[in-house]
Amino acid sequence: MLIKLSGGKVYDPANKVSGEVRDIYVEGGKIVAAKPGARVDETYDLKGRIVMAGAIDPHTHIGGGKMTIARMLLPEDHLKDEVQRTDLTRAGTGHAVPSTMITGYRYAEMGYTACFEPAMLPANARQAHMEMGDTPMVDKGAFAMLGSDDFFLRQLAAKEDFEAIKDYVAWTMHASQAIAVKVVNPGGISAFKFNQRKLDLDEEHVYYHVTPRQIVVTLARALEELGVIHPLHVHGCNLGIPGNIESTLATIRAMDGLRLHMTHTQFLSYGIEGDRKFSSGAARLAELVNKSPNISIDVGQVMFGQTCTASGDSMRQYAIAKNAHPKKSVVMDIECDAGCGVVPMRYRDKSFVNALQWAIGLETFLLMEDPWRIFLTTDHPNGAPFYTYPHLIRLLMDKSFRNDMLQKINPDAQAQSTLKSLAREYTLDEIAILTRAGPARSLGLKDRGHLGLGASGDITVYRDDPDREAMFATPELVFKNGELIVRNGKVVKVVQGATHVARPDYDRAIEKPLHDYFDRYHTVRMENFRVADAEIVKGDKGSIVVQPTRPRAA
Amino acid sequence: MPSSNARKATGERTESEQFENVACPFCGMICDDLTVERTDKGLKVLKNACGKSIAGFERKLPPSRPQVGGKDVELAKAIKEAAKLIGKAELPLYGGLATDVEGMRAVMALAERSGGIVDHALSEAQYRNFKILQTTGWTTSTLTETRNRADLIIIAGSDVHKLHPRFFEKIVSPSDSMFDVTAPKRTVVFIGKGLDKSAAKGSRIGEVITLACKPEQAGEVVGALRARLSGFRLKPLEIDGVALADIDALAELCKQAKYGVVVWAPPSLDFSHAELAVEQFTGLVKDLNQTTRFAGLALGGAEGSITAGAVSTWQSGYPLRVSYASGAPDYDPYRYAIGRMLREGEGDLLVWIASISPDLSPPATQIPTIVLGTPGLVLAKAPAVLIPVGTPGVDHAGRLVRVDNVVSLPLKDLGRAELPPAADVLAAIEAAL
Repeated sequence: MLIKLSGGKVYDPANKVSGEVRDIYVEGGKIVAAKPGARVDETYDLKGRIVMAGAIDPHTHIGGGKMTIARMLLPEDHLKDEVQRTDLTRAGTGHAVPSTMITGYRYAEMGYTACFEPAMLPANARQAHMEMGDTPMVDKGAFAMLGSDDFFLRQLAAKEDFEAIKDYVAWTMHASQAIAVKVVNPGGISAFKFNQRKLDLDEEHVYYHVTPRQIVVTLARALEELGVIHPLHVHGCNLGIPGNIESTLATIRAMDGLRLHMTHTQFLSYGIEGDRKFSSGAARLAELVNKSPNISIDVGQVMFGQTCTASGDSMRQYAIAKNAHPKKSVVMDIECDAGCGVVPMRYRDKSFVNALQWAIGLETFLLMEDPWRIFLTTDHPNGAPFYTYPHLIRLLMDKSFRNDMLQKINPDAQAQSTLKSLAREYTLDEIAILTRAGPARSLGLKDRGHLGLGASGDITVYRDDPDREAMFATPELVFKNGELIVRNGKVVKVVQGATHVARPDYDRAIEKPLHDYFDRYHTVRMENFRVADAEIVKGDKGSIVVQPTRPRAA
Repeated sequence: MPSSNARKATGERTESEQFENVACPFCGMICDDLTVERTDKGLKVLKNACGKSIAGFERKLPPSRPQVGGKDVELAKAIKEAAKLIGKAELPLYGGLATDVEGMRAVMALAERSGGIVDHALSEAQYRNFKILQTTGWTTSTLTETRNRADLIIIAGSDVHKLHPRFFEKIVSPSDSMFDVTAPKRTVVFIGKGLDKSAAKGSRIGEVITLACKPEQAGEVVGALRARLSGFRLKPLEIDGVALADIDALAELCKQAKYGVVVWAPPSLDFSHAELAVEQFTGLVKDLNQTTRFAGLALGGAEGSITAGAVSTWQSGYPLRVSYASGAPDYDPYRYAIGRMLREGEGDLLVWIASISPDLSPPATQIPTIVLGTPGLVLAKAPAVLIPVGTPGVDHAGRLVRVDNVVSLPLKDLGRAELPPAADVLAAIEAAL
C-alpha cells in the first residue's frame, strides 16, 4: 500500500530539511521515493501541518522490576487516573507510574514511537522485557546496568586482561538483550552493600579497592572498542547532593576525549553557593560540555507535582528516603548485580530546593549550544512523568511563557537563577533534534528519527499551533511503520513495536569462567540468566531489530 | 482433547530425554539447577531434587478430559460453554491464578473484557506483605545477595524449611560465597518454637539460636528487640519463655552483623493481623540500616502467586484484588478478596485456574464454576466446565517470577503430557465471547 503525506512542512534535521513543504511517500512500512504514475492508495492532505519523524525518548523508566515495585507502592496515586478499557484499548492506570499498556498508548498519543528503558538490571532483564512486551505502540530498547556487579568489579580489581572485560560487557548485552550500557553511581550500589554511604569519584570501594573513576573509564573504553554506537550512559556519583557539580565535571574531564553520555544532569549539577548552600551548577556544566564534543547529556527536568523516583542507585535513594512523599520507600540489594530504590516525591514550586531544581534543568537546556548533544527528558518518572513533555517544550520555545512560570516559583530560587536573563527560544528544528534526530543518532538507530528514504514510516503530524504545549500534546496524526495509529491525540490502532538491540562481537570463551561463576555463587544458571530471542518474539509477540555496531577494535 | 498419556498412546515423544538446568515451578524459589529425565514411565528428578520437586515432577497424571456438567466433551465444546457462562455472568470471579506469566496475561485480558475480578488463591498471605509495602515500604534483599553476603540470618516466626526444602542448602549454607570478608560461619536465629531447624547445618552454619516463643509472637519479640536497640528500658519482660536477656543477646548480634537478613514467609504467619508482625520485621531492618546493613527477605510465593501479583501490577497498577466491573481497574484489597466474596455470596461465576499443584482446589461455592486445572486437581464436585491444562515448566514452556520479585526464570517443556497451556485456553475463551 502506497501512502502519500501531501504538502506538510517537514522538519527533518538529520536530512537537513527545515520546514520545507514536501510530500512523503510510505510503502511497506518504509519511506520511499515518489513513484511517478504509481497509484496512491491513501493521501493525507497536510497543508499547513508540521511533519516530523516519530519522537524518541532515550531515557525513560518504562519497564523492569523497580517500576512494578513503584506501581505496587502507590495505589493512592493510581486512583487519580483509572483508565477505562475501550473496544480498542486495554484498561489501566496512569499518573506518576502508568501501567504498561497506558504507557504505550500515552507515548503514542504524544507523538512518540520509541522509548528506551535506561536501567535494566541484567538479573531483572527478563521481567524488564516482559513489561516492555506489554507496552504497545512504541519501539523499545534497554540499557544493561553494569559497574556495581561483582563479576566486573572482580575483573577490574584483579586487573584482568582488558579483552576479557570487553567480552564480559558484550556478553551481558547479548544475554540481557540490551542496546547500550549504563553505569549508575559507579561502584556505589555495591559499596552501599558493604555499608559505605558515599563513594566519590576517587574514593576506593572498601572491598574491591577500585574507584568510580576507574569503573567509568574502563566501561567507556570497553564500549568504544566494542563498537557500540551509544557511548557509556552515566548516572554519576553523588546524585542529588549539593556540590555534586564537582564530581560531575571531574567525571567528564576524566574521559579525556572518550565519548560519554551524562544522563539526567539536572540531578548532578548542584553547587553549594548561597545562604542555603544549594545553587545551580548548570552554567559550569554547559560551559564544559559545550567545549567537549565527546560528551552528550540529557537533562532529567523536574516538573512540579507528585511523581515517584525510581533508580538503580540504592545508595542515594536510601539517603533521600527521608524526603519521601508520601512517606514510604523501597530499597533493594539485588543479586550481587545491582540494586534499586523507589522513593515517591512531590516537587513543590514553593520549595526553594524543588524550584531551583526546575530552574537548573531549564538553564541547562538554554545554555547548551549544540542541540545534537542534549536530549529532552524528565528521566520519567524521576523528574516528572513523561506526559509533561509538551509543557516542557513550551517552556523551551516560549520565553514569555517561561518567565510567567518563573514568577510562580519560590522567590529565593527565582532570585538565584539566571533563567530570566536567558532569552533563547528553541526552534522547531532544535526540538526535532532534541526529541528525534539526536537520540536516534546517539543510540545508533539507523532507520529511526528521520524521514529520509529507507527510514521506517514512524511519522508524527502536528497542527501548527502557536501554543506549542497544545501542539505537542495532541498530534493530529501518528504513523508507526506506515500505519495510522493515532488520530487527534487518540489511539486508533494498537500495534506492537519492535525491541532494538545491539550485538557487539565477543569471544565465546568468556562463557567458561562465567559458567563456573554462576554455578559457584549464583542462584540462577548462566543458561537461564540469558533472555532468549524467542521470549521476546514468541512469548511477548514482539520482534527484534539488531542495530549495527562498528567493528571491534583491539 | 487428547488424554494426558496421548503422547505415549500415539507413539510421540516416548523416547527418553534428559533435561539440564530445569527450573522448578513447585515453590516460590524456582530453583533452576535440576536435571530431569523423561522416560516412558514419566518424569524423574535426577539431580538437585527436593520433596516438592519430586512430588511435582514425578506425579502420575490421571486421565482427564474436558467436561461440561460432569460429562466428557471435546475441548472446543468446553471452551464454547465456558465462553457462554462468562458472557452471561454479571460479575465473574477469576481466582486460583496458579499459572505462568503468559497465563496471567490471558487472565487479565479476559477479566477486563468480561468485567470480572482478579485475585490469587494465596493472596491472603501475600497481602500480609503488600499492606506493609503500601504503608511504609521496606528494604529487602534477594536470594543470590543473601546467599553470598549474609552473616546473620534471622528466621522470624516462619517454617521456611517446610515451604522451601532447599532454602538452607542453597542460601544459608552454600559451600562457597563471593566475599572473603563474609563470615565463613553464619549465625542463624530462629524466632519461634517448633520451626523445622533440621536443615540449619553444614559447613557454613555457626551458632544456631532459638528464641522459643510461639511463632505468632515473633512480631512481639522483634518489637521488644527494636525497643532495646533504640535504647529504651523495658520492664523485665517475658514473651512466652523469651526473656529480656535473650533479646539483649540478639540485639548485640544485630549490632555486630555486617549484613543481617530478616527472613519471613507470609504463608507461615497465618494469624489475624499478621501484617503487624511483618511491620516489626521490616521496621527492625529499617532501624539497623542507620548504622550497619540489614535487609528483609520475604519467602513463600508458591502456585505462581508472585507472578500473578507482578503481572496484575504492571498491567493494572494494582497487586491483585482488582475489579474491572466498571471497565476501569478498581482496587480494594478487602472488597475484592475472592475468598471473602464467595463466603458472602458475591459474584455469580467462579473461574478457577490451578495449573501447578493438584491441591489448589476451588473453594466451596454455590455459584457455577469453570475450572482450568492440572489433571488430578482435587474437586469436591463436578464443576460446570472443567478443562484440563498443562503445568508450566512440565507440560509446556513458560516463565515465572521468583519470590524475591526480581528474578524470573524460563520454564521448559519437558513433554510430560499433551495439555494446552492455560494461556491458550483463556485466549480461546476470550475469542469465543
